[in-house]
Amino acid sequence: MVFLEFEEPIEKLYGQLEKIMDVADQGEIDVQDKISEIESKIRNKRKEIYAGLNGWQKVQLSRHPERPYTLYYINQICKSFTEIHGDRYFGDDKAIVGGLGKIDGQSVVILGHQKGVNTKMRQYRNFGMANPEGYRKALRLMKLAEKFDLPVICLIDTPGAFPGIEAEERGQAEAIARNLVEMAQLKVPIICYIIGEGASGGAIGIGLGDRVYMLEFTWYSVISPESCSSILWRNWDHKAEAAEQLKLTSEDMLGFGLIDGVISEPNGGAHSNPEKMAKLLKKQIKKDIAELSEVTVKKRIDTRLKKYNSMGRFKTK
Amino acid sequence: MGWFKRLSEGIQTSTTQKKEAPDGLWQQCRGCGKTNTVKELSNNYLKCPDCNHHVRIGSFDYFNLLFDGRYKELFKSIFSYNFLDFEDVKSYDERLESANEKTTLNDALTVAIGKIKRKPIIIAAMDFAFIGGSMGSVVGEKISQAVDYAIKNKTPLMIISKSGGARMMESAFSLMQMAKTSVKLAELSREGIPYFSFLTDPTTGGVTASFAMLGDLNFAEPNALIGFAGPRVIKETIKKDLPEGFQRSEFLLEHGFLDFIVDRQELKDKIGDLLHFFSKS
Repeated sequence: MVFLEFEEPIEKLYGQLEKIMDVADQGEIDVQDKISEIESKIRNKRKEIYAGLNGWQKVQLSRHPERPYTLYYINQICKSFTEIHGDRYFGDDKAIVGGLGKIDGQSVVILGHQKGVNTKMRQYRNFGMANPEGYRKALRLMKLAEKFDLPVICLIDTPGAFPGIEAEERGQAEAIARNLVEMAQLKVPIICYIIGEGASGGAIGIGLGDRVYMLEFTWYSVISPESCSSILWRNWDHKAEAAEQLKLTSEDMLGFGLIDGVISEPNGGAHSNPEKMAKLLKKQIKKDIAELSEVTVKKRIDTRLKKYNSMGRFKTK
Repeated sequence: MGWFKRLSEGIQTSTTQKKEAPDGLWQQCRGCGKTNTVKELSNNYLKCPDCNHHVRIGSFDYFNLLFDGRYKELFKSIFSYNFLDFEDVKSYDERLESANEKTTLNDALTVAIGKIKRKPIIIAAMDFAFIGGSMGSVVGEKISQAVDYAIKNKTPLMIISKSGGARMMESAFSLMQMAKTSVKLAELSREGIPYFSFLTDPTTGGVTASFAMLGDLNFAEPNALIGFAGPRVIKETIKKDLPEGFQRSEFLLEHGFLDFIVDRQELKDKIGDLLHFFSKS
C-alpha cells in the first residue's frame, strides 16, 4: 500500500495491525477483538481525514499510483469490450484508448485517457498525455458512435495534452479544437466522467458533453497547480496555494455549476476499493444513458449548446 | 593609432544638459534591432521598413488599418471581475485594474462592426497588452455575442487572435470558454456564415486549441508564433533545443494548418477579396 503524506496516522494504524497479525500467526493468543478494534479505528480515521482534505491533497489523491485507470473501469463495467486502434491518419496513440463495449446489454462507445500501471507502462502510455492522433482517434470513435446511434462515454484522466515537437507538427491545437466543435453537435449522447486528473485542454479535448461528472477526489482546471505556481509565483513552491486559488475540486466545480454532479468515492478514495468505485460509476453511467436516450436529438444538442454558452461570469455596466 | 585622441576621461555632458527623447516617438524593432520613428512605422503598416517585422499591435490599430473609415464598437459594457477571489502575488482585481490603466481597454478582446471594401464584417480582435491577451469569461462572452450578431445580421465574422492562452485567474471558467466559443462557432457554421480566423503573434494555448484553429479559413501574419504549448514548456519537457522557425506561421503553413500567410500591407485587400468572394449579392 502507498500512503500519502496526510495519511500518516492511517499508516501507523496499519503498522499496529500488522504487528498483531504477526502475533496471531504464532497462534497462542486470541487477538480477534484487538484486530477488529484497530480495523474500526482505521475506518474512522480514514473518514475523518478524508472529510477534511484540502485542494492540494485531493490533487495528490487524483494521482495516487494505485488509483484505477480507464481500462480498469472499462473491464469492470463492460461485459465485453473490443479495443479499436488508430486515427486512420498517422498512428495509434497509447495515451487514449477506446472501443466498443456492452454495459448490461447496452452497446456503447467508451474511451478515455490511459495512464500506465508501472514504470514501463507509464512510459508506454506517455503518462496519459495524448498526442494529436489520440484526439483524432477519439473523434473517429465518436463519429462511429454517431453513425450507429450509440452513446459515447468519455473517461478523463490526464496531466495535459503532450507538449512536444511532433505534437505541434501534427496540430495538437487543431485536434483539440476540432473535437470541441464536433462534440458540440454530435447527434448521440456524450457523457464525460473525470476519474483522475482533468488538466486543461488535454482534458476538455474529450470532455465536452451533455453531462460531465467528477469523481469525488479528482480535479479539473485550466492549468495544473505546479504550472500555475511556476508562472504566477515564478517557482514550484506554491503549488498547494495555487491549488487552493484555482478552486479545482469536484465540490468547487459543482458549486460553480460547471459540472453536473459528483460521484462519491469509497472511504479512503477510489484506490481503496476499486471494485466498489467501478460499481458506483457503472450505476451512474446506466442512469445517464437511460435519461439522455429519452430526449430527442434536437433537444439534446440545443440543451448542450445552451449549457456551454451560459458558462462564464462577468459584469455588465 | 587613431586619428583622434581623448583629452579627458569619462562622459563630460552634465545631466541637466542631456535631452530626453519623448516616449512613443521611436521604437526599436524586435526583429532587427533598428530604431524606427513611430511615423516611419505607421507609414509602413506598422511593420519595420528594414526587416518587415510585424510590430505587435492592438485591436484598434487593426480596426483603423482594415475598416473603410467608420466602425462601431459592440458589446462595450461587459467587464471582468474577481469572482473566484483569486490572488497570487497580486490579486486578479489589481491585475485587471492595472491592465485597464495601461491599455484603457475593458478586456483582452474588442468587437467592432464596419465595412471592408464596402462589405460589412464583424471583427473581434484581441489585445496582448491586456493580461497577455488571455481568454477569460469576457472574451468568451464577447465572441458568443459576436456570433449571435453575425447570425442575426448575416454578416461574416473575423477573429484576430493574439493571446497567451486561457486566463489562469478564472480557472475552470476560462477553460470552459474553449468549449463555449467552439459551441458558438458550430452554430455559426450551421448558418453558413463565413468565419475567418486571423492568427497574429503570438497565438498559443487554449485560444489556438479552440476558435483560432476553427476558421473556414485560417490565415496568419508572417513569422507569428502559433502553437498549443509554448516553446519554453516544450523545451523543458523534451530537454532539446527547438528547430529554427518552429511554431512560426511558415512552419504551420508547411504542416498544413494555415491556408495562407498575409503581409499586413496586403491584409485589407485580401479580406476585401474574400468578403466579395463569399458574398452572394
